[in-house]
Amino acid sequence: MTDDVLSAPHLVEYTYTRSTGPVIGTFLTGLRDKEIVGIRGADGRVIVPAIDYDPVTSEDLSEYVPVADTGVVTTWSWNDKPAKGQPLDKPFAWALVKLDGADVAFLAAVDAGSPDAISTGAKVKARWRDERVGSITDLVCFEVTQ
Amino acid sequence: MRGFQRPVAIVASASFETPAEPARNEVEMLLPVIQKAMGEAGLTQQDVGFTVSGSSDYLQGFPFAFVGALDAVGAWPPIRESHLEMDGAFALAEAIAVLQHDNIDTALVYAFARPSRGELDRTLALQLDPYTVAPLNPDARGLAGLQAQAMRDSGRYADVPDVPPTYVADGATAVVLAVGDRARELTATPAWITGIDHRIEAPALGVRDLTTSVSAKRAAEHAGAAGADAAWLHTPYPHQELLLREALGLGDRPVHCAAGPMMVGGLERFAAAARAVAAGEVTKALAHATSGPCLQQNVVGVLEGGK
Repeated sequence: MTDDVLSAPHLVEYTYTRSTGPVIGTFLTGLRDKEIVGIRGADGRVIVPAIDYDPVTSEDLSEYVPVADTGVVTTWSWNDKPAKGQPLDKPFAWALVKLDGADVAFLAAVDAGSPDAISTGAKVKARWRDERVGSITDLVCFEVTQ
Repeated sequence: MRGFQRPVAIVASASFETPAEPARNEVEMLLPVIQKAMGEAGLTQQDVGFTVSGSSDYLQGFPFAFVGALDAVGAWPPIRESHLEMDGAFALAEAIAVLQHDNIDTALVYAFARPSRGELDRTLALQLDPYTVAPLNPDARGLAGLQAQAMRDSGRYADVPDVPPTYVADGATAVVLAVGDRARELTATPAWITGIDHRIEAPALGVRDLTTSVSAKRAAEHAGAAGADAAWLHTPYPHQELLLREALGLGDRPVHCAAGPMMVGGLERFAAAARAVAAGEVTKALAHATSGPCLQQNVVGVLEGGK
């Protein structure tokens, strides 16, 4: 009987595929190519990053609008002690940045050097990672241009 | 939500808060708080029709961590139970909805957290959009700073305070609710919740007007909060008192603000408002709680005294 031991392969695997979906996927894929893609909301506003549903009416959104990688700071706060996993390892500003061509700002780091060098209304330009993979972190941070 | 078919009152409550609980785990911290509130109401767990809690599994660091907290309640024989990954005040709103069923007349609501064991600013980043925000690991204090600066830039607020480090404390709050005559049996001084409503705004910070709170304002309108004598506001950061005062139209009426332990502070504001109503200090109190970055989600309740 001992010659007839039953056996079966045991494969440990993670059987789920996680997808960002068509809209966030389009936005993230754009970043890989240094392109920032917004989407037109139900009220006509261009929302960046592109989102699946209108934030007020919940309608499906589908009209993509490319925007520039330059824009203005709409509000900011100074981060004296950058923590592990944050965009920069030296003090920087968190900011909401409204890109040229967009009507809605989004969260990003601004490498301003000191809190005196940033203000609401400051013009900024994106600093891109050299090796981009289609992630929000392809956009390293923004730099103040004036 | 107001004008309840079955009026609901807070009949007892208990709270515990400490900067950093050195030894006891969440269950050990929660047990005496629940026992105190239940003892005050003269109830045992088997008398309670519905049990609901608010807490964050991220703070304990493993999935379904809240299930372990049921050891502080005693879940055998089986009980009817629910949980929210939100401040306990939102669990209280769920309990009030459930108490509109005519076969349930009491509920236990509790909240607990022990964030001193980790880095709260970083843990809260896990609540954010997983694709476009969380990968940047923004600290909660930094996000609150965006709101404070937007308030300064708006010119509508005088002297917006600087944003201090995110408040960290450990603690628990338990609240016992009862309906109608059952509430009158359990206490001589029920604090009736005559209205409650919760509203949520879009998760993307850029699509919201950070200088006000549309959701808190709307929740207050739907809860019937106009004309409250005083307000108990849940303000994780000090500048949010100015913002909420304006959004809720409180003028110069007295407000009692506190941050409280994460996930607990809001329910504790409801408990504090109920104590003031029960003591006859106010006749109509507004209680508020928030969850999420920059006041993203808000619940407003109205508490009134009387038989």
